[in-house]
Amino acid sequence: MSWTRRIVNLFRQRRLNRELDEEMASHIEEAIERGRDPEEARRAFGSTLSHREQSRDIKLVSWLDSLISDAVFGWRQLRKRPAVSAAAILSLALAIGATTAAFRLINAVLISTLPVAEPDRLFVAAMTYVDRDGHADYRDDFDYPSFLRYRERVGDRADLIVAGMVESRKTVVVSSATEEETAYLQYVSGNLFPAFGLRPALGRLLTPDDDRIPGGHPVAILSYDYWTRRFGRASSVIGSTFRMGNDLFTIVGVAPKGFIGTEPGSIADLFLPATMNVEPLDKPGWSWFRLWVHPKVGVSPEQVRQPMQAAFAREHHEYLRNFPSDTPKPVIDAYLREKVILLPAASGASELQREYRRPLLILAALVVLVLLIACANVGNLLTAQATARAREMALRVAIGAGQWRLIQLVLVESLLMAAVASALGTLFASWSAPIVVAMLHVPEDPVRLVLHSGWRDVAFAAGLAFLVTLLFGLAPAFRASSVKPMHALKGGEDPHARRRLMRVLLAGQMAFCILVQFVAGLFVSTFQHLSNRPLGFSPYHLLTIYADASKSRPPQFWMEVAHRLRATPGVESVATAGWPLLERSTWRVSVRLPGHPVELRSPWALDVSPGYFRTMRIGLIDGREFRLGDLPPRLDDAKHPLPGVGIVNEAFARTYFDGQNPVGRLVHVLREKDISAPMEIIGYVRDAVYRDLREPMQATLYVPSMERETNAFMVRTVGDELAVAPMLKRAVTNFRWDVRLHDIQPQSNFLRWQMLRERLLAVLSVFFAVVALLLAAVGLYGVLNYSVTWQRHEIGIRIALGARPDQVVQRVMAGLAGTVSFGLVLGLAAGILCGRFIETLLFEVRITDTSSVATPILILLGTALVAAIPPAIRAVRIDPAQTLRSE
Amino acid sequence: MAIADALQGSLDLLVLKILSRRAPLHGYAIMTSIETLSGERLRVEEGSLYPALHRMEESGLIRGTWTTKDNGRRLRVYDLTARGRKELAKEESRWTAVATAVQRVLRLA
Repeated sequence: MSWTRRIVNLFRQRRLNRELDEEMASHIEEAIERGRDPEEARRAFGSTLSHREQSRDIKLVSWLDSLISDAVFGWRQLRKRPAVSAAAILSLALAIGATTAAFRLINAVLISTLPVAEPDRLFVAAMTYVDRDGHADYRDDFDYPSFLRYRERVGDRADLIVAGMVESRKTVVVSSATEEETAYLQYVSGNLFPAFGLRPALGRLLTPDDDRIPGGHPVAILSYDYWTRRFGRASSVIGSTFRMGNDLFTIVGVAPKGFIGTEPGSIADLFLPATMNVEPLDKPGWSWFRLWVHPKVGVSPEQVRQPMQAAFAREHHEYLRNFPSDTPKPVIDAYLREKVILLPAASGASELQREYRRPLLILAALVVLVLLIACANVGNLLTAQATARAREMALRVAIGAGQWRLIQLVLVESLLMAAVASALGTLFASWSAPIVVAMLHVPEDPVRLVLHSGWRDVAFAAGLAFLVTLLFGLAPAFRASSVKPMHALKGGEDPHARRRLMRVLLAGQMAFCILVQFVAGLFVSTFQHLSNRPLGFSPYHLLTIYADASKSRPPQFWMEVAHRLRATPGVESVATAGWPLLERSTWRVSVRLPGHPVELRSPWALDVSPGYFRTMRIGLIDGREFRLGDLPPRLDDAKHPLPGVGIVNEAFARTYFDGQNPVGRLVHVLREKDISAPMEIIGYVRDAVYRDLREPMQATLYVPSMERETNAFMVRTVGDELAVAPMLKRAVTNFRWDVRLHDIQPQSNFLRWQMLRERLLAVLSVFFAVVALLLAAVGLYGVLNYSVTWQRHEIGIRIALGARPDQVVQRVMAGLAGTVSFGLVLGLAAGILCGRFIETLLFEVRITDTSSVATPILILLGTALVAAIPPAIRAVRIDPAQTLRSE
Repeated sequence: MAIADALQGSLDLLVLKILSRRAPLHGYAIMTSIETLSGERLRVEEGSLYPALHRMEESGLIRGTWTTKDNGRRLRVYDLTARGRKELAKEESRWTAVATAVQRVLRLA
């Protein structure tokens, strides 16, 4: 008996006793009123206490007794057939576990709301646009100058809040320590904590007064988690300091427990005033935060959006002046149609959320299919078992059990099974969910998700158990309760109906199973295609390192640093570039060809040093690499164009020169509105992926690097690239103390990072596909086995009359083959229909490819054959003499 | 003259019958009704009346509700349910059949 039940009973018992006492007392009083002697009346009535006990037992027991006895009986039933029960419970546990794990993930990323006062009244601003391929999209990163303008326009209608992207691994030195350590920090505007209605766990939180003067508020708030982890919840932390770069910050407070920033997927350790992120404050176009909107009481989001939209439209119009005068009209129109929108953000806003929303929902759908397959399995097992139960049920009806009583009996049994399965499943989920989260990250940049097991999880698991019970228990329960004792006791209960139910379940199972196989197949071949796509460069044994010089330095300076790096043992060659390929940083330039109209798809550009193509292993088709002294096309101080040189790739030659060798040709590169500088093409190289693995090769223009404060080194090593990293750091520090290396990453990390989503989808969907296949095989085996049992007399007679084994097998399988094929067709049709929803997640895979359709069919048919062999053997081995005698 | 143990097995039937005529009644009134109508021949054991009432209530034949008397005291009164009415008809005909059969045996044996 559960503790809740006990409490309910206790409560009920007390009330019951009171009522019983009152009723009996009134009886005696009534007697006295009618003139009986009080003494005599009491004696005649006897012991009130014993009557009360008797009555109470009647009331309580009938209420509870049936439940308890059903539970005990159900448990005994489960124990009586351990193999079947274990199979049912395990398959359910697996499915419930997977579902719960998926739910916990989805809850953590998409559902669970921020622990703030009014999560439903929080929005993030975003700007819509249409990308180059015509897809509508939005971006939600803003720059500080536009924030200031929006804030002025919106006035007191709403709080506009800056919430910086959580920055990974900033190096800090805490006052008491000498060692550097890393922390995650988020720049937030001073009004964030008040607008979110948060109270400090210790000290104070940031206020608008902490966020007025750029660089003037060196204060910081710790997250509760970081305070616990790093400082052991010491209250002395208030007033202590830490150093970050050249700035000394004072810790003034601790954020409330549970508030870990605004981005699901990352956890902030430190909150700093936005105005302390000094560098980008006055730089338009330098987008580094999300803009949160909290409308004041009585103000609708739309009333806030309108003034923002007005400001946005005006800026857009102003910026239009920078467009080249011959920009085509559709481009201008599309540009002017862009607008500001407000998105509900009760659950926070992050890249992880955007990128994984659809994949997570698809995985959840797969998981639900697996769960349904498991339910169908258990339903089938129960139905098959029901042959034995039919007599028992008939007996119960014959001795007077009501219909509801029988339904209760079967449901309690299902509930027991579901409860055990839920318990096992929850264990499985708590083990598997963190593994999935671990799969979401590359070593250098862990995704940090809070997988809390709050009331939602408990409610979900409980609700799931209940639903599952209904799903697999209700049909057998109703069937059981409607038995006709006469029929069943005679052994003649209509077996066709039962077989029909099993067939429907089997067809459904096959349909769901092939749907899962189909989707898994699509994701697996997407992952394969993506892994095998030609990159155009070699990402292995290649280290990418960012270097900061404290001021702008010419190419000669950077080449000297590169020489130092190259002198390190284990290094093969070194070059610089503006940023590593596949890092997702981009730069586009507009080019003009004499006699060509302006191009809509302007090429990517990247500034690179001499030796870049050799280091990256990008093939040189013709011409030469850059040399020191080569200059890009540019403007002088009086805005007069100066000629320069460039190197282009094959896609560029295809786009602008019909695929002919472009070496020696001249293009004009637009440097400012309507002013372009001539560029001579001196080299022609192979295509290389620039920004995104999923994109086709893009026209790319490489230019010689110019003065830079920050540069990225590409270091080609002989052996393990990470082993060389510490030596490189030392070599640079010894050479120039003012050059700082950071973000040291193997190039292959970018690759892995970009394939993360596909890897996750492929691995998990294969896992679900295998589980679904196993469950379906068990289900098919069960139904076939039952069908052999049911037909054994007929088979016996046929064998006695001389049927050959193949005829027997055909006889048994014929009906089910139709059911299986029907399920397959249904499932595939559903898969192709649902395909639209997943198409955007696929790469070079089409839903209607023969291999996409044929592979799951073959897999499933193969499995079906394997599952059918044991029952087929059983059918063939039936001994006619024995079966006929048994009747 | 009261017959001891005469009510064995037929108390439920009598309660149902009484309630079918003059419901709602409280326990004491049911008891006295049975005694009066039987011409004081049948005596209801007060100790067995309440368990019987409660058992019948649990099986849904009768329904108990609390009412307040004029003097403010609360009384639990019982009423017949639809199921109780059906049960009464069944039990009544069964009783008559049994009684006739027993009569017949007594007469013919």
